[in-house]
Amino acid sequence: MMRGLVALAVLIAVGLLKLPVERNLAALHRQEHFRGVEFNLDLREKIGQLGFIAALSGFRAIVADALFIQAYSAWENTEWGRMLLLFRQITTLQPRVLLFWDTAAWHMAWNASVAAMNDQKQPRLALRVKAQRECFALGKDFLERGIKNNPDRPELYEALARLYKEKYKDHERASEYYAKAAALPEAAPWDRRFSAYELSYCERREREAYERLRSLYDEGEKERLPTLVKRLKFLEDKLEIPQEQRIPETGSFKR
Amino acid sequence: MTDAEHASTLQPFDTSTSAKRYRAFSPSRIYAITTNTVTELTRLKVFYVLLVFALVLIGSSIFMAQFSFQQEFQILKDVSLGAISIFTSLLAIVATARLLPQDMEDRTVYTILAKPVTRFEYVLGKITGVLLLLAISTLVMVAAFVLVLYMREQAVLQVTARQLAGAPPDHIAEALRAVRSAAFNINIVPGIIIIYLKACLLAALTLFVSTFATSNIFTIVVMAFIYFIGHLEATAREYWLQAHSSGLIARAFLAVVALLFPDLQAFNLVDDIVAGTVISLALFTKTALLGVFYTVVYTLLAAVVFYGKEL
Repeated sequence: MMRGLVALAVLIAVGLLKLPVERNLAALHRQEHFRGVEFNLDLREKIGQLGFIAALSGFRAIVADALFIQAYSAWENTEWGRMLLLFRQITTLQPRVLLFWDTAAWHMAWNASVAAMNDQKQPRLALRVKAQRECFALGKDFLERGIKNNPDRPELYEALARLYKEKYKDHERASEYYAKAAALPEAAPWDRRFSAYELSYCERREREAYERLRSLYDEGEKERLPTLVKRLKFLEDKLEIPQEQRIPETGSFKR
Repeated sequence: MTDAEHASTLQPFDTSTSAKRYRAFSPSRIYAITTNTVTELTRLKVFYVLLVFALVLIGSSIFMAQFSFQQEFQILKDVSLGAISIFTSLLAIVATARLLPQDMEDRTVYTILAKPVTRFEYVLGKITGVLLLLAISTLVMVAAFVLVLYMREQAVLQVTARQLAGAPPDHIAEALRAVRSAAFNINIVPGIIIIYLKACLLAALTLFVSTFATSNIFTIVVMAFIYFIGHLEATAREYWLQAHSSGLIARAFLAVVALLFPDLQAFNLVDDIVAGTVISLALFTKTALLGVFYTVVYTLLAAVVFYGKEL
């Protein structure tokens, strides 16, 4: 009995000792982007009781993967609403996995939007276009929330730039997001180039685009890719750049 | 026999020799108990059932993941590391829960403690045996995981190289680099060490619970509750310390949870590591030290309670 009480007293003393250490460690986890999920009632409502318990027990990755497989089946069966809900749950559970944000956005903005536009149950074109725009917005929302959770990773900025370029035809925003991706340490080498390409399509920003493309061209042979040379020549013509300042005409890239 | 004759037949008592022969703490005695415990545990069917089940789960993740290679590797790593985490924790609890009750039931404990073995050495030998077994099973599971991942990586690399045949060499190199970076990442290693330390903590805590438990079923049930509560400890601690407007009873309950239970959520780093988060040396060291601290404290507490236990 006495030893039991001693053990309890030691446990409480250790508990008092460990509290600041554990708090400090939890703060370090948050600072280094671990524990990226908030366990609250909202999550409980989203993933159900079993999923919530599993997530609490340290199996959040496995729960997210199981939901991802379900989302994959939902996509195969073109159950767009179910797929959207599943992806919301998945990204809530695993906000640091870029793949989930990217896949969710791609399904909504590319697959669901095409399905909405081709929906034969909806005879009115205006309503089909409206549904399509809603799907674009859902895809954009996934990417924006993904970026909020992972501001240090370039992949989602690139995906958002692609979405602006291909779905909204908004070259200015596409250029902006490629530039944001390019500014990050792990950016792909083409991000800077893509940002300049997109800018070259923007009215009234041709001068800025020209300067950026020219600066890339001047970096050497590695950057002198067919699209870059083509866009640069287009801007030289449009901005009426003096002949002596223009890039040389080469065999395969004659104006 | 006269006193003088009696004195001549008796050997003089050499206290220095006697003191050398018996040491209060002997690593060789602990080693003997440790090896015995490992042998005993490896003979258990439950050990093989758990290990085979874990290996099957790790292996089956190949068939679960017929997606793009990034999705496939993500699921493979999540499922495999999840399986390693679940089964090391389960093994730690199940293997440790039966140690003391079984020894008492078999009367082995009386034979051992009748010899010049202290109870502390006995407890230390037992827990070291379990920790060794956990290390072996973790290594086996990790080897299976790395093998499966390597096989899938090689298969994907071959397919990618075939698909890109004829493309510029830098494009092929870039694609192959993307495949390799999505597969095995050295950052996973610290994550696996933390999984092992979590299992060590659970084993030590189970040993402590089993010192006052009446049966191994009771220990396993209590540990199952502790496992779930331990994962909620961080939430309870924050609510308790942030002085939310809860009642006295609720606050007392939160305080008990925060003080008496270990923060098991602190050891769940592997999910984020798989997601690409880089673990810093400071974070790894602090988490590992916390795991070692808990293991040592619970082992010492188990020894204290076991000293007072009536056998």
